Amino acid sequence: MKITDLQSVLPAFQGIKSRAESQWRELRDGGKPVIMVGAATCGRAAGALEVLRAIKDELKKQRLDCPVVEVGCMGHCYAEPIVTISKPGYPPICYGYVNPVIAERLISEFILGDDPCLEFVLGALEENDLVPSFSDFPRAKFEKKVILKNCGHIDPEQVEHYIANGGYAALVKALQMQPEEIIDEVKSSGLRGRGGAGFPTGQKWEICRNAGGRPKYIICNGDEGDPGAFMDRAILESDPHSVLEGMIIAGYAIGARYGYIYVRAEYPLAVHRARLALRQAKKLNLLGKNILGSDFSFDIKLFQGSGAFVCGEETALIASLEGEPGIPHYRPPYPATNGLYGKPTLINNVKTLSSIRYIIQKGAEWFASVGTERSKGTAVFALAGKVVNTGLVEVPMGTTLRQVIFDVGSGIQGGKRFKAVQIGGPSGGCLPESALDLPIDFDSLTDAGAMMGSGGMIVLDEDDCMVEIARYFLEFTQRESCGKCTFCRLGTKQMLEVLDEITKGKGKIEDLDMLSWLAEDIKAGSFCGLGKTAPNPVLSTMSYFRDEYEAHIKEGRCPALMCRELIAYYIIPEKCERSCDACVGTCTVEAISANKKRIKVIDQEKCVKCGTCLDACPPQYNAVVKLSPPSQVPASK
Amino acid sequence: MKTVSLTIDGKRVKAHEGEKVLWAALDNGIYVPNLCTLRDNSEPSAACRLCFVEVEGKKQPVPACTETIEQGMVVNTKGPGALRLARTALELLLASHPVDCAHCPSSGSCELQKIAAHLGVKLKTRRFRKLLRELLVDSSSPVFIYDPNKCVLCGRCVWVCRERLGIGVLGFAHRGFERVVTTFGDGPIAESKCRDCGECVVACPTGALTFKDKQGTVKSAHKERVETETTQ
Ligand SMILES: Cc1cc2nc3c(=O)[nH]c(=O)nc-3n(C[C@H](O)[C@H](O)[C@H](O)COP(=O)(O)O)c2cc1C
Ligand code: SF4
Ligand code: FES
Repeated sequence: MKITDLQSVLPAFQGIKSRAESQWRELRDGGKPVIMVGAATCGRAAGALEVLRAIKDELKKQRLDCPVVEVGCMGHCYAEPIVTISKPGYPPICYGYVNPVIAERLISEFILGDDPCLEFVLGALEENDLVPSFSDFPRAKFEKKVILKNCGHIDPEQVEHYIANGGYAALVKALQMQPEEIIDEVKSSGLRGRGGAGFPTGQKWEICRNAGGRPKYIICNGDEGDPGAFMDRAILESDPHSVLEGMIIAGYAIGARYGYIYVRAEYPLAVHRARLALRQAKKLNLLGKNILGSDFSFDIKLFQGSGAFVCGEETALIASLEGEPGIPHYRPPYPATNGLYGKPTLINNVKTLSSIRYIIQKGAEWFASVGTERSKGTAVFALAGKVVNTGLVEVPMGTTLRQVIFDVGSGIQGGKRFKAVQIGGPSGGCLPESALDLPIDFDSLTDAGAMMGSGGMIVLDEDDCMVEIARYFLEFTQRESCGKCTFCRLGTKQMLEVLDEITKGKGKIEDLDMLSWLAEDIKAGSFCGLGKTAPNPVLSTMSYFRDEYEAHIKEGRCPALMCRELIAYYIIPEKCERSCDACVGTCTVEAISANKKRIKVIDQEKCVKCGTCLDACPPQYNAVVKLSPPSQVPASK
Repeated sequence: MKTVSLTIDGKRVKAHEGEKVLWAALDNGIYVPNLCTLRDNSEPSAACRLCFVEVEGKKQPVPACTETIEQGMVVNTKGPGALRLARTALELLLASHPVDCAHCPSSGSCELQKIAAHLGVKLKTRRFRKLLRELLVDSSSPVFIYDPNKCVLCGRCVWVCRERLGIGVLGFAHRGFERVVTTFGDGPIAESKCRDCGECVVACPTGALTFKDKQGTVKSAHKERVETETTQ
């Protein structure tokens, strides 16, 4: 697949590019204010579509004509819905926590009037004298946006926006290189697969290029099923063309003819935007026959997965694409030599593929200048749980967990104490405070008993019970295990049974030994990565938080006051206000009554431990508490 | 075809190039526990995890059914690491099996019994909780009875019916602990396209599939077949 006529690629693209640039310029410098609304799934969940409607209605009412653009996720998910207004004479200003009322005010006061409504400002996108910009935020020192650069700043449904911001230039450059040169570039960039295992990407490409058999395939793995993870979804929703561009370059480099994007059907917006992007790319001949007039032809189809976690495992994913049940198959041979329909198949994660354009465009050296010795580039995390700034984060590999959680994420919600961070989802582990200064990379996390995984990072505080967290993740893997092999199907079930007993106060101290040796056997004996990593959440919590396990077993006490069977609700008589009845009415099972002194008392026999009384008790009294073990409740007089 | 020589449990043996360790061992009279593999299935399903062996130079035990032999390879089927994994796997299977041998027509020809004896594991395991599923027995077929509670999900019947015979009555359904072998749509076997050939019963290593006619000729054929397949 040699390029016979190098000259033909450039002019074909030049036309596309200048049209896109003039369209972008018209939008940015057209003299009108531009309103951008973050409308990825995270934004929509927070009410972005209502905000969008309010903006459009208000503009109509005020007879204003300015472009309203739906953009993807900027990463500040904690502050959604987010609206960015670029008005001539002002820096582009980003507003957070916008609702329809605020949206109307932004139109009438800022667009129509000249008051930039500083009270709603999150930050400006450029440095200026009027409002603090994001780059002044302390977190800016730690963040480095590479693959998330476009996210939230362009309309993912308009290919012109992508092209005007440098999109597809890497493809044009790649088409003028020899495939081997591209592979060398990817190899020397040090890029490792972002799907979890961290396999060197260039090496995989080379194996696939050298494999016999035609046609070859490229698969983009967008199955992303770990609880708490949404990085791949956000990229597909916010910058789908960056994934396409990576796939097309990969296709050219390994000599593939077809590609598939595997997205879970539960991601309808990602599916829609990826489909649209495919149509647009095809129309511009960036995909299809003789791309940009070259000898290279490549087509991509989108496949909607059924949403099983195990289908993210590459051999199960291939089986599922072939219409077979999504069950892992034996490797070797690896997909790179015998994959889809038995043909050489390159399978890469969404983030891996969207990194490619930067490596080609800016060079391997540039990419490798960021990161650690053995993990190059940036890491993308979905920061979730008890952290203040939940959202998408991109930091150089080698950034410490403390920097991500406390500097970028602004620490723990409600001034509570940090307890642990769960990284790598169901395959990962929980790391304690003492691991916070660990520089994040593929190897350091594995050494500490966690895993990079695909980028879920869940922050836990003092109210989270580590036994329950381990149980939760194991329940997930047990449910998502395909059930094929003995260790994963029955071994994780046995472990889950034991954890269930412990969280209910029925555990025995010998059970801890059983959990450890069974976990080791499951890791060594399971067929695929799901089973091999399933015990990690249990092993890591047992090694770092053994005291919590022992408290459950020996004292029937849940130190985090989370395990329902091990706690009781109690009203402290000295704190209870005689004239207040707030809790009595909220109790669904009528377990609360007032005694002779009008002090409220919970009937422990009736109580179902729903916790509504604790929420109902006015903060000035704060009389309801949780006690563990339940025997802490003083006998009623 | 080229032959390769290797050492298994101290014995020098020869086998065809490309052969898996499991078959090389069985062909030379060295038993390695196994449930989920059949010789004519080219892709090992590697599901039962009973066939672990140790190979010199490898840090961890490997399944014998997926490990290809190599010239000069040194295999130990009795290494402590391999036995530990095999025993755990077997006990996990037994913990989710009724172990009602006294009333089971397959008692005596059951491979679980045989493997337990080989590994020195008691049928009534103490290490694990008993986790049974109480599934319905299907006796709709005129020829055989299917008791899913005794199934170890080795997949032999599924493979035989689908790949060897091209019929495809049986398949796997559900995930995780709920995984079962069943018919398409979970209906009774008599209402499927089953041709009553009984090959699945012959393939079954446990008492999950048993012939209705216990004294019949087919039953003894069953025993013979099982023995040749596994101990050859
Ligand atoms: C149980 C399991 C689930 C997985 N899920 C995903 C996933 O959702 N997305 C993904 O890219 N890789 C997933 N992987 C990893 C893939 O098997 C494969 O290694 C990866 O897609 C390769 O791409 P990369 O080299 O770019 O990382 C999973 C692996 C296992 C064992
Ligand atoms: S480890 Fe779990 S998911 Fe993987 S093949 Fe075995 S049962 Fe299936
Ligand atoms: S025979 Fe090797 S795993 Fe079942």
